[in-house]
Amino acid sequence: MLQVRDLHAYYGQSHILHGVHIEVNEGEIVSLLGRNGVGRSTTCKAIMGLVDPVGQVIYKGKDLAGLRTDLVARAGIGYVPEDRQVFPTLTVRQNLELGLKRANKFGRWTFDDVFRLFPNLAARQNNPAGVLSGGEQQMLTMCRTLMGDPDLILIDEPTEGLAPLLVEQVGVLLAEIASRGVAILLVEQKLTIALKISHRLYVMGHGQIVFEGTPADLAANPQVRQEWLEV
Amino acid sequence: MEVFVISLLNGLVYGMLLFMLASGLTLIFSMMGVLNFAHASIYMLGAYFAYQVSVFLGFFPALIIAPILCGLIGAAIEVWGLRRVHHNGHIAELLFTFGLVFIIGRAVQMTWGMLPMPYRVPAILDFPLFSLYGANFPAYRAFMLLVSAGMLASTWLLLTKTRVGLIIQASLTHPGMVGALGHNVPVVFTTVFAGGCLLAGLAGVIGGNYQTTEPGMAEAMGPIVFVVVVFGGLGSLAGCFIASIIMGMIQTFAVVIDYSLADIVKPLGIVFSGDNLLTEILTVPVARIGALLPFVMMVAILFFRPRGLMGTRDT
Repeated sequence: MLQVRDLHAYYGQSHILHGVHIEVNEGEIVSLLGRNGVGRSTTCKAIMGLVDPVGQVIYKGKDLAGLRTDLVARAGIGYVPEDRQVFPTLTVRQNLELGLKRANKFGRWTFDDVFRLFPNLAARQNNPAGVLSGGEQQMLTMCRTLMGDPDLILIDEPTEGLAPLLVEQVGVLLAEIASRGVAILLVEQKLTIALKISHRLYVMGHGQIVFEGTPADLAANPQVRQEWLEV
Repeated sequence: MEVFVISLLNGLVYGMLLFMLASGLTLIFSMMGVLNFAHASIYMLGAYFAYQVSVFLGFFPALIIAPILCGLIGAAIEVWGLRRVHHNGHIAELLFTFGLVFIIGRAVQMTWGMLPMPYRVPAILDFPLFSLYGANFPAYRAFMLLVSAGMLASTWLLLTKTRVGLIIQASLTHPGMVGALGHNVPVVFTTVFAGGCLLAGLAGVIGGNYQTTEPGMAEAMGPIVFVVVVFGGLGSLAGCFIASIIMGMIQTFAVVIDYSLADIVKPLGIVFSGDNLLTEILTVPVARIGALLPFVMMVAILFFRPRGLMGTRDT
Protein backbone atom coordinates (compact mmCIF):
# COMPACT_ATOMS: atom_id res chain seq x y z
CA MET A 1 0.00 0.00 0.00
CA LEU A 2 2.72 2.46 1.05
CA GLN A 3 6.29 2.07 -0.06
CA VAL A 4 8.77 4.67 1.07
CA ARG A 5 11.99 4.28 -0.87
CA ASP A 6 15.31 5.97 -0.27
CA LEU A 7 13.69 8.95 1.45
CA HIS A 8 15.92 11.90 2.31
CA ALA A 9 14.93 15.13 4.02
CA TYR A 10 16.72 18.29 5.03
CA TYR A 11 16.12 21.15 7.44
CA GLY A 12 18.09 23.94 5.83
CA GLN A 13 21.68 22.68 5.75
CA SER A 14 21.23 19.68 8.00
CA HIS A 15 20.56 16.29 6.48
CA ILE A 16 17.93 14.58 8.66
CA LEU A 17 16.81 11.48 6.77
CA HIS A 18 19.46 9.34 5.07
CA GLY A 19 17.57 7.02 2.75
CA VAL A 20 14.65 5.63 4.74
CA HIS A 21 12.83 2.50 3.49
CA ILE A 22 9.43 1.67 4.94
CA GLU A 23 6.60 -0.50 3.74
CA VAL A 24 3.03 -0.70 5.04
CA ASN A 25 0.52 -3.18 3.64
CA GLU A 26 -3.29 -2.92 3.56
CA GLY A 27 -4.78 -3.12 7.04
CA GLU A 28 -1.40 -3.60 8.68
CA ILE A 29 -0.21 -1.99 11.91
CA VAL A 30 3.42 -0.99 11.60
CA SER A 31 5.40 0.78 14.29
CA LEU A 32 8.30 3.13 13.77
CA LEU A 33 10.42 3.16 16.91
CA GLY A 34 13.50 5.00 18.03
CA ARG A 35 14.84 7.60 20.38
CA ASN A 36 14.03 11.30 20.18
CA GLY A 37 15.64 13.13 17.29
CA VAL A 38 16.39 10.14 15.07
CA GLY A 39 14.01 11.33 12.34
CA ARG A 40 10.75 9.46 13.04
CA SER A 41 8.59 12.60 13.01
CA THR A 42 10.47 13.98 10.03
CA THR A 43 9.69 10.75 8.19
CA CYS A 44 5.96 11.35 8.74
CA LYS A 45 6.25 14.99 7.74
CA ALA A 46 8.19 14.12 4.60
CA ILE A 47 5.53 11.56 3.63
CA MET A 48 2.85 14.22 4.13
CA GLY A 49 4.80 16.86 2.20
CA LEU A 50 5.08 19.08 5.29
CA VAL A 51 8.85 18.77 4.85
CA ASP A 52 10.21 18.60 1.28
CA PRO A 53 10.89 14.93 0.56
CA VAL A 54 13.67 13.66 -1.69
CA GLY A 55 13.04 10.10 -2.81
CA GLN A 56 9.92 8.08 -3.48
CA VAL A 57 6.68 7.89 -1.50
CA ILE A 58 4.61 5.37 -3.45
CA TYR A 59 1.04 5.09 -2.27
CA LYS A 60 -1.40 2.79 -4.07
CA GLY A 61 0.96 2.76 -7.04
CA LYS A 62 1.39 6.54 -7.34
CA ASP A 63 4.44 8.55 -6.29
CA LEU A 64 3.24 11.25 -3.90
CA ALA A 65 6.67 12.73 -3.16
CA GLY A 66 6.64 16.49 -3.76
CA LEU A 67 2.85 16.82 -3.86
CA ARG A 68 1.18 19.54 -1.83
CA THR A 69 0.11 18.36 1.64
CA ASP A 70 -3.63 18.56 1.01
CA LEU A 71 -3.28 16.38 -2.12
CA VAL A 72 -1.37 13.75 -0.13
CA ALA A 73 -4.21 13.83 2.41
CA ARG A 74 -6.81 13.55 -0.33
CA ALA A 75 -4.98 10.55 -1.77
CA GLY A 76 -6.02 8.82 1.47
CA ILE A 77 -3.23 9.29 4.02
CA GLY A 78 -4.22 10.74 7.40
CA TYR A 79 -1.75 12.40 9.75
CA VAL A 80 -1.87 12.96 13.50
CA PRO A 81 1.04 15.21 14.56
CA GLU A 82 2.87 14.70 17.84
CA ASP A 83 2.06 18.17 19.13
CA ARG A 84 -1.69 17.51 18.69
CA GLN A 85 -2.50 20.81 17.03
CA VAL A 86 -6.18 21.03 17.90
CA PHE A 87 -7.70 24.28 16.64
CA PRO A 88 -8.00 25.91 20.07
CA THR A 89 -10.66 28.54 19.35
CA LEU A 90 -13.00 26.17 17.50
CA THR A 91 -15.34 23.87 19.37
CA VAL A 92 -14.75 20.13 19.64
CA ARG A 93 -17.48 19.50 17.09
CA GLN A 94 -16.08 22.13 14.69
CA ASN A 95 -12.66 20.50 14.97
CA LEU A 96 -14.21 17.21 13.94
CA GLU A 97 -16.12 18.91 11.10
CA LEU A 98 -12.87 20.22 9.66
CA GLY A 99 -11.61 16.65 9.60
CA LEU A 100 -14.20 15.95 6.92
CA LYS A 101 -12.76 16.60 3.49
CA ARG A 102 -16.15 17.79 2.29
CA ALA A 103 -19.11 19.01 4.34
CA ASN A 104 -21.37 16.16 5.50
CA LYS A 105 -19.52 13.55 3.51
CA PHE A 106 -18.87 10.68 5.93
CA GLY A 107 -16.80 7.57 5.32
CA ARG A 108 -16.03 4.86 7.85
CA TRP A 109 -16.39 7.31 10.74
CA THR A 110 -19.26 9.48 11.93
CA PHE A 111 -19.78 11.88 14.82
CA ASP A 112 -21.70 9.12 16.61
CA ASP A 113 -18.71 6.75 16.40
CA VAL A 114 -16.42 9.34 17.95
CA PHE A 115 -18.87 10.28 20.68
CA ARG A 116 -19.60 6.64 21.49
CA LEU A 117 -15.88 5.87 21.80
CA PHE A 118 -15.17 9.01 23.83
CA PRO A 119 -18.14 10.18 25.89
CA ASN A 120 -15.94 12.99 27.24
CA LEU A 121 -15.74 14.55 23.81
CA ALA A 122 -19.51 14.23 23.41
CA ALA A 123 -20.08 16.05 26.68
CA ARG A 124 -17.78 18.86 25.57
CA GLN A 125 -18.65 19.03 21.92
CA ASN A 126 -19.63 22.70 22.15
CA ASN A 127 -16.62 23.76 24.23
CA PRO A 128 -13.53 25.30 22.63
CA ALA A 129 -10.98 22.57 22.02
CA GLY A 130 -8.31 24.68 23.69
CA VAL A 131 -9.76 23.99 27.14
CA LEU A 132 -9.64 20.18 26.85
CA SER A 133 -7.13 18.18 28.86
CA GLY A 134 -4.06 16.82 27.12
CA GLY A 135 -5.57 13.36 26.86
CA GLU A 136 -8.84 14.65 25.44
CA GLN A 137 -6.94 16.75 22.93
CA GLN A 138 -5.03 13.65 21.85
CA MET A 139 -8.25 11.70 21.28
CA LEU A 140 -9.74 14.68 19.45
CA THR A 141 -6.80 15.01 17.03
CA MET A 142 -6.92 11.33 16.20
CA CYS A 143 -10.68 11.38 15.70
CA ARG A 144 -10.46 14.57 13.64
CA THR A 145 -8.08 12.89 11.22
CA LEU A 146 -10.27 9.77 11.13
CA MET A 147 -13.29 11.87 10.06
CA GLY A 148 -11.46 12.39 6.76
CA ASP A 149 -11.68 8.60 6.24
CA PRO A 150 -8.02 7.81 5.48
CA ASP A 151 -7.02 4.31 4.35
CA LEU A 152 -3.66 4.76 6.06
CA ILE A 153 -3.06 6.86 9.13
CA LEU A 154 0.30 8.12 10.42
CA ILE A 155 0.13 8.67 14.17
CA ASP A 156 3.04 10.42 15.82
CA GLU A 157 3.60 9.60 19.52
CA PRO A 158 -0.04 9.41 20.61
CA THR A 159 0.83 8.28 24.14
CA GLU A 160 3.46 10.91 24.89
CA GLY A 161 2.81 12.51 28.26
CA LEU A 162 -0.41 10.59 28.90
CA ALA A 163 -1.39 8.82 32.12
CA PRO A 164 -1.46 4.98 31.95
CA LEU A 165 -5.26 4.90 31.83
CA LEU A 166 -5.29 7.20 28.81
CA VAL A 167 -2.53 5.19 27.14
CA GLU A 168 -4.92 2.26 27.40
CA GLN A 169 -7.65 4.36 25.71
CA VAL A 170 -5.28 5.14 22.86
CA GLY A 171 -4.70 1.40 22.53
CA VAL A 172 -8.45 0.79 22.33
CA LEU A 173 -8.81 3.42 19.62
CA LEU A 174 -5.90 1.96 17.64
CA ALA A 175 -7.57 -1.45 17.77
CA GLU A 176 -10.84 0.12 16.60
CA ILE A 177 -9.04 1.82 13.71
CA ALA A 178 -7.42 -1.44 12.66
CA SER A 179 -10.71 -3.33 12.93
CA ARG A 180 -12.18 -1.00 10.29
CA GLY A 181 -9.45 -1.95 7.85
CA VAL A 182 -7.36 1.20 8.18
CA ALA A 183 -3.60 0.66 8.03
CA ILE A 184 -1.57 2.35 10.78
CA LEU A 185 1.97 3.65 10.84
CA LEU A 186 2.54 4.28 14.53
CA VAL A 187 5.49 6.36 15.70
CA GLU A 188 6.44 5.53 19.28
CA GLN A 189 9.28 5.83 21.69
CA LYS A 190 7.98 3.45 24.32
CA LEU A 191 7.51 -0.20 23.47
CA THR A 192 4.37 -0.82 25.57
CA ILE A 193 1.67 -0.44 22.96
CA ALA A 194 3.83 -1.03 19.92
CA LEU A 195 4.93 -4.53 20.90
CA LYS A 196 1.37 -5.52 21.74
CA ILE A 197 -0.48 -4.44 18.62
CA SER A 198 2.03 -4.15 15.76
CA HIS A 199 2.35 -6.70 12.98
CA ARG A 200 5.79 -5.40 12.10
CA LEU A 201 8.26 -2.90 13.53
CA TYR A 202 10.98 -0.62 12.26
CA VAL A 203 13.64 0.87 14.49
CA MET A 204 15.30 4.11 13.41
CA GLY A 205 18.68 5.52 14.33
CA HIS A 206 20.52 8.52 12.90
CA GLY A 207 18.01 9.05 10.09
CA GLN A 208 18.07 5.46 8.87
CA ILE A 209 16.20 2.21 9.48
CA VAL A 210 18.47 0.06 11.63
CA PHE A 211 16.12 -2.86 12.33
CA GLU A 212 13.08 -4.39 10.70
CA GLY A 213 11.04 -7.35 11.94
CA THR A 214 8.12 -8.67 13.98
CA PRO A 215 7.61 -7.88 17.67
CA ALA A 216 8.91 -11.38 18.41
CA ASP A 217 12.08 -10.65 16.44
CA LEU A 218 12.66 -7.50 18.44
CA ALA A 219 11.97 -9.28 21.72
CA ALA A 220 14.60 -11.84 20.77
CA ASN A 221 17.16 -9.19 19.91
CA PRO A 222 18.39 -7.45 23.09
CA GLN A 223 21.31 -5.91 21.22
CA VAL A 224 19.07 -3.75 18.99
CA ARG A 225 16.93 -2.78 21.97
CA GLN A 226 19.97 -1.77 23.94
CA GLU A 227 21.71 0.12 21.18
CA TRP A 228 18.78 1.97 19.63
CA LEU A 229 15.86 2.00 22.05
CA GLU A 230 16.68 1.84 25.71
CA VAL A 231 17.64 5.10 27.31
CA MET B 1 -22.09 68.15 26.17
CA GLU B 2 -22.91 68.51 22.47
CA VAL B 3 -19.20 68.35 21.72
CA PHE B 4 -19.00 65.13 23.69
CA VAL B 5 -21.89 63.38 21.91
CA ILE B 6 -20.85 64.50 18.45
CA SER B 7 -17.23 63.53 19.14
CA LEU B 8 -18.39 60.16 20.39
CA LEU B 9 -20.27 59.56 17.15
CA ASN B 10 -17.38 60.84 15.03
CA GLY B 11 -14.98 58.63 16.96
CA LEU B 12 -17.21 55.66 16.30
CA VAL B 13 -17.37 56.45 12.55
CA TYR B 14 -13.60 56.81 12.34
CA GLY B 15 -13.04 53.75 14.52
CA MET B 16 -15.24 51.59 12.32
CA LEU B 17 -13.40 52.84 9.25
CA LEU B 18 -10.11 51.90 10.91
CA PHE B 19 -11.51 48.50 11.78
CA MET B 20 -12.48 47.80 8.19
CA LEU B 21 -8.87 48.36 7.22
CA ALA B 22 -7.25 46.78 10.24
CA SER B 23 -9.38 43.62 10.27
CA GLY B 24 -8.15 42.64 6.81
CA LEU B 25 -4.59 43.47 7.74
CA THR B 26 -4.65 41.51 10.98
CA LEU B 27 -6.14 38.44 9.26
CA ILE B 28 -3.41 38.55 6.61
CA PHE B 29 -0.74 39.25 9.21
CA SER B 30 -1.71 36.42 11.55
CA MET B 31 -2.20 33.86 8.80
CA MET B 32 0.80 34.54 6.59
CA GLY B 33 3.10 36.32 9.00
CA VAL B 34 3.38 39.13 6.45
CA LEU B 35 2.85 42.72 7.48
CA ASN B 36 1.28 43.94 4.24
CA PHE B 37 2.68 47.44 3.84
CA ALA B 38 0.52 47.94 0.76
CA HIS B 39 -2.73 47.53 2.66
CA ALA B 40 -3.32 51.28 2.94
CA SER B 41 -2.42 51.62 -0.74
CA ILE B 42 -5.33 49.33 -1.57
CA TYR B 43 -7.47 51.63 0.58
CA MET B 44 -6.33 54.53 -1.59
CA LEU B 45 -7.07 52.56 -4.76
CA GLY B 46 -10.57 51.90 -3.41
CA ALA B 47 -11.15 55.64 -3.11
CA TYR B 48 -9.82 56.43 -6.59
CA PHE B 49 -11.74 53.57 -8.19
CA ALA B 50 -14.87 54.74 -6.41
CA TYR B 51 -14.37 58.27 -7.74
CA GLN B 52 -13.81 57.01 -11.29
CA VAL B 53 -16.77 54.64 -11.27
CA SER B 54 -19.03 57.24 -9.67
CA VAL B 55 -18.20 59.67 -12.50
CA PHE B 56 -19.76 57.22 -14.96
CA LEU B 57 -22.29 55.23 -12.97
CA GLY B 58 -22.88 57.11 -9.75
CA PHE B 59 -21.93 56.45 -6.14
CA PHE B 60 -23.95 53.34 -5.32
CA PRO B 61 -22.65 51.16 -8.17
CA ALA B 62 -19.18 52.35 -7.14
CA LEU B 63 -19.85 51.10 -3.63
CA ILE B 64 -20.08 47.59 -5.08
CA ILE B 65 -17.67 47.72 -8.01
CA ALA B 66 -14.64 49.42 -6.42
CA PRO B 67 -14.23 46.93 -3.54
CA ILE B 68 -14.56 44.02 -5.96
CA LEU B 69 -11.83 45.52 -8.15
CA CYS B 70 -9.63 45.87 -5.05
CA GLY B 71 -10.35 42.26 -4.09
CA LEU B 72 -9.32 41.08 -7.56
CA ILE B 73 -6.12 43.12 -7.38
CA GLY B 74 -5.47 41.56 -3.96
CA ALA B 75 -5.94 38.05 -5.35
CA ALA B 76 -3.56 38.85 -8.22
CA ILE B 77 -0.94 40.22 -5.82
CA GLU B 78 -1.14 37.05 -3.72
CA VAL B 79 -1.10 34.52 -6.56
CA TRP B 80 1.48 36.13 -8.83
CA GLY B 81 3.51 38.03 -6.29
CA LEU B 82 3.54 36.97 -2.66
CA ARG B 83 3.30 33.24 -3.33
CA ARG B 84 6.45 33.36 -5.46
CA VAL B 85 8.35 35.48 -3.00
CA HIS B 86 7.15 33.36 -0.06
CA HIS B 87 9.91 30.74 -0.49
CA ASN B 88 12.55 33.36 0.22
CA GLY B 89 11.20 34.15 3.67
CA HIS B 90 9.43 36.95 5.44
CA ILE B 91 12.00 39.68 4.70
CA ALA B 92 11.50 39.15 0.98
CA GLU B 93 7.72 39.31 1.41
CA LEU B 94 8.01 42.46 3.48
CA LEU B 95 10.21 44.15 0.87
CA PHE B 96 7.81 43.01 -1.84
CA THR B 97 4.81 44.68 -0.21
CA PHE B 98 7.00 47.71 0.51
CA GLY B 99 7.76 47.94 -3.20
CA LEU B 100 4.07 47.69 -3.99
CA VAL B 101 3.44 50.82 -1.93
CA PHE B 102 5.63 52.84 -4.31
CA ILE B 103 4.30 51.17 -7.46
CA ILE B 104 0.68 51.80 -6.49
CA GLY B 105 1.48 55.30 -5.26
CA ARG B 106 3.22 56.24 -8.52
CA ALA B 107 0.57 54.58 -10.65
CA VAL B 108 -2.11 56.59 -8.89
CA GLN B 109 -0.16 59.85 -9.38
CA MET B 110 0.45 59.09 -13.06
CA THR B 111 -3.19 58.24 -13.69
CA TRP B 112 -5.00 60.84 -11.63
CA GLY B 113 -2.37 63.49 -10.93
CA MET B 114 -1.17 65.06 -7.71
CA LEU B 115 -4.28 67.12 -6.91
CA PRO B 116 -7.15 65.94 -4.71
CA MET B 117 -10.04 64.39 -6.64
CA PRO B 118 -13.48 66.02 -6.61
CA TYR B 119 -14.88 62.85 -5.02
CA ARG B 120 -17.83 64.06 -2.97
CA VAL B 121 -20.51 62.71 -0.75
CA PRO B 122 -23.50 61.74 -2.99
CA ALA B 123 -26.20 64.41 -3.02
CA ILE B 124 -28.82 62.02 -1.71
CA LEU B 125 -26.84 61.57 1.52
CA ASP B 126 -25.58 65.12 1.79
CA PHE B 127 -27.79 66.57 4.52
CA PRO B 128 -27.60 66.89 8.27
CA LEU B 129 -29.29 63.85 9.80
CA PHE B 130 -30.01 65.52 13.12
CA SER B 131 -28.60 68.32 15.16
CA LEU B 132 -27.71 68.26 18.81
CA TYR B 133 -27.59 71.56 20.65
CA GLY B 134 -26.84 73.23 17.36
CA ALA B 135 -24.13 70.81 16.15
CA ASN B 136 -24.98 68.85 13.00
CA PHE B 137 -24.38 65.17 12.41
CA PRO B 138 -24.20 64.54 8.64
CA ALA B 139 -26.30 61.74 7.20
CA TYR B 140 -23.30 60.42 5.31
CA ARG B 141 -21.53 59.55 8.56
CA ALA B 142 -24.55 57.56 9.65
CA PHE B 143 -24.40 55.82 6.29
CA MET B 144 -20.72 55.03 6.89
CA LEU B 145 -21.63 53.53 10.25
CA LEU B 146 -24.34 51.46 8.60
CA VAL B 147 -22.02 50.14 5.88
CA SER B 148 -19.20 49.30 8.28
CA ALA B 149 -21.53 47.67 10.81
CA GLY B 150 -23.09 45.61 8.02
CA MET B 151 -19.63 44.58 6.81
CA LEU B 152 -18.56 43.72 10.35
CA ALA B 153 -21.64 41.56 10.88
CA SER B 154 -21.27 39.70 7.60
CA THR B 155 -17.54 39.12 8.12
CA TRP B 156 -18.27 37.77 11.57
CA LEU B 157 -21.01 35.47 10.29
CA LEU B 158 -18.77 34.26 7.48
CA LEU B 159 -15.91 33.49 9.85
CA THR B 160 -17.90 31.79 12.59
CA LYS B 161 -20.87 30.18 10.87
CA THR B 162 -19.56 28.85 7.58
CA ARG B 163 -17.22 25.99 6.84
CA VAL B 164 -14.90 28.27 4.86
CA GLY B 165 -14.78 30.58 7.86
CA LEU B 166 -13.85 27.72 10.17
CA ILE B 167 -11.08 26.67 7.81
CA ILE B 168 -9.81 30.27 7.76
CA GLN B 169 -9.87 30.44 11.58
CA ALA B 170 -7.99 27.16 11.84
CA SER B 171 -5.42 28.31 9.27
CA LEU B 172 -4.71 31.40 11.36
CA THR B 173 -2.93 29.24 13.90
CA HIS B 174 -2.21 25.86 12.29
CA PRO B 175 -1.91 26.15 8.48
CA GLY B 176 0.14 22.94 8.24
CA MET B 177 -2.46 20.89 10.06
CA VAL B 178 -5.28 22.33 7.95
CA GLY B 179 -3.40 21.17 4.86
CA ALA B 180 -2.84 17.72 6.36
CA LEU B 181 -6.61 17.39 6.77
CA GLY B 182 -6.97 17.83 3.01
CA HIS B 183 -7.85 21.50 2.72
CA ASN B 184 -6.17 23.59 0.05
CA VAL B 185 -4.28 26.13 2.17
CA PRO B 186 -2.91 28.27 -0.71
CA VAL B 187 -6.49 28.89 -1.87
CA VAL B 188 -7.41 29.83 1.71
CA PHE B 189 -4.50 32.30 1.73
CA THR B 190 -5.61 33.85 -1.56
CA THR B 191 -9.19 34.12 -0.32
CA VAL B 192 -8.13 35.86 2.86
CA PHE B 193 -5.77 38.21 1.06
CA ALA B 194 -8.44 39.09 -1.51
CA GLY B 195 -11.05 39.47 1.23
CA GLY B 196 -8.78 41.77 3.21
CA CYS B 197 -8.17 43.90 0.12
CA LEU B 198 -11.92 43.97 -0.58
CA LEU B 199 -12.52 45.35 2.91
CA ALA B 200 -9.72 47.90 2.43
CA GLY B 201 -11.28 48.90 -0.88
CA LEU B 202 -14.68 49.35 0.73
CA ALA B 203 -13.08 51.47 3.44
CA GLY B 204 -11.58 53.54 0.63
CA VAL B 205 -14.96 54.01 -1.05
CA ILE B 206 -16.64 55.37 2.07
CA GLY B 207 -13.50 57.01 3.48
CA GLY B 208 -12.42 58.74 0.26
CA ASN B 209 -15.19 61.31 0.34
CA TYR B 210 -15.26 61.50 4.14
CA GLN B 211 -11.63 62.56 4.11
CA THR B 212 -9.97 63.57 0.82
CA THR B 213 -9.04 61.40 -2.13
CA GLU B 214 -5.46 62.41 -2.87
CA PRO B 215 -2.12 60.63 -3.42
CA GLY B 216 -1.03 61.13 0.18
CA MET B 217 -3.99 59.31 1.72
CA ALA B 218 -2.22 55.94 1.87
CA GLU B 219 0.71 57.36 3.81
CA ALA B 220 -1.68 59.17 6.12
CA MET B 221 -3.72 56.06 6.92
CA GLY B 222 -1.05 53.34 6.86
CA PRO B 223 0.76 54.04 10.14
CA ILE B 224 -2.48 54.37 12.13
CA VAL B 225 -3.68 51.01 10.84
CA PHE B 226 -0.41 49.35 11.84
CA VAL B 227 -0.75 50.86 15.29
CA VAL B 228 -4.25 49.39 15.55
CA VAL B 229 -3.07 45.93 14.51
CA VAL B 230 -0.17 45.92 16.98
CA PHE B 231 -2.27 47.42 19.75
CA GLY B 232 -5.15 44.98 19.29
CA GLY B 233 -2.88 41.97 19.14
CA LEU B 234 -2.08 39.51 16.39
CA GLY B 235 -4.65 36.93 15.48
CA SER B 236 -7.49 38.53 17.40
CA LEU B 237 -10.29 40.25 15.54
CA ALA B 238 -11.94 41.19 18.83
CA GLY B 239 -8.77 42.91 20.01
CA CYS B 240 -8.48 44.59 16.65
CA PHE B 241 -12.03 45.89 16.97
CA ILE B 242 -11.48 47.30 20.45
CA ALA B 243 -8.20 48.89 19.36
CA SER B 244 -9.87 50.46 16.31
CA ILE B 245 -12.62 52.03 18.38
CA ILE B 246 -10.14 53.26 21.03
CA MET B 247 -7.95 54.82 18.34
CA GLY B 248 -10.96 56.39 16.66
CA MET B 249 -12.07 57.90 19.95
CA ILE B 250 -8.58 59.12 20.88
CA GLN B 251 -8.12 60.81 17.54
CA THR B 252 -11.44 62.61 17.60
CA PHE B 253 -11.48 63.50 21.28
CA ALA B 254 -7.87 64.65 21.39
CA VAL B 255 -8.70 67.32 18.82
CA VAL B 256 -11.37 68.89 21.00
CA ILE B 257 -9.60 68.69 24.35
CA ASP B 258 -8.05 72.05 24.99
CA TYR B 259 -6.44 71.13 28.29
CA SER B 260 -2.79 70.48 28.94
CA LEU B 261 -1.06 68.42 31.64
CA ALA B 262 -0.40 71.61 33.55
CA ASP B 263 -4.14 72.31 33.69
CA ILE B 264 -4.78 68.93 35.36
CA VAL B 265 -2.48 69.65 38.27
CA LYS B 266 -3.54 73.29 38.61
CA PRO B 267 -6.40 72.53 41.06
CA LEU B 268 -3.82 70.89 43.31
CA GLY B 269 -2.13 74.20 43.68
CA ILE B 270 0.84 73.30 41.52
CA VAL B 271 1.52 76.00 38.99
CA PHE B 272 4.26 75.85 36.41
CA SER B 273 5.63 79.04 35.07
CA GLY B 274 8.78 80.45 33.69
CA ASP B 275 10.64 79.90 30.47
CA ASN B 276 11.96 76.38 30.82
CA LEU B 277 11.53 73.11 28.88
CA LEU B 278 9.38 71.38 31.51
CA THR B 279 6.84 74.18 31.55
CA GLU B 280 6.70 74.20 27.79
CA ILE B 281 6.04 70.46 27.58
CA LEU B 282 3.42 70.49 30.30
CA THR B 283 1.48 73.40 28.88
CA VAL B 284 1.05 71.97 25.38
CA PRO B 285 -2.70 71.37 24.94
CA VAL B 286 -3.74 67.77 24.16
CA ALA B 287 -5.31 68.98 20.91
CA ARG B 288 -1.86 69.78 19.54
CA ILE B 289 -0.34 66.38 20.27
CA GLY B 290 -3.46 64.38 19.33
CA ALA B 291 -1.84 62.95 16.21
CA LEU B 292 1.03 61.67 18.33
CA LEU B 293 -1.07 59.82 20.90
CA PRO B 294 -1.68 56.56 18.97
CA PHE B 295 2.04 56.07 18.50
CA VAL B 296 2.74 56.81 22.16
CA MET B 297 0.18 54.14 22.99
CA MET B 298 1.78 51.65 20.62
CA VAL B 299 5.16 52.18 22.25
CA ALA B 300 3.56 51.79 25.64
CA ILE B 301 1.84 48.53 24.74
CA LEU B 302 5.00 47.10 23.19
CA PHE B 303 6.74 47.83 26.47
CA PHE B 304 4.16 46.43 28.84
CA ARG B 305 2.15 43.89 26.86
CA PRO B 306 3.99 42.90 23.67
CA ARG B 307 1.21 40.63 22.45
CA GLY B 308 -1.29 43.48 22.32
CA LEU B 309 -4.67 43.73 24.00
CA MET B 310 -5.95 40.27 23.10
CA GLY B 311 -3.22 38.84 20.91
CA THR B 312 -2.36 35.16 20.84
CA ARG B 313 1.37 35.64 20.27
CA ASP B 314 4.10 38.25 20.54
CA THR B 315 4.43 40.83 17.82
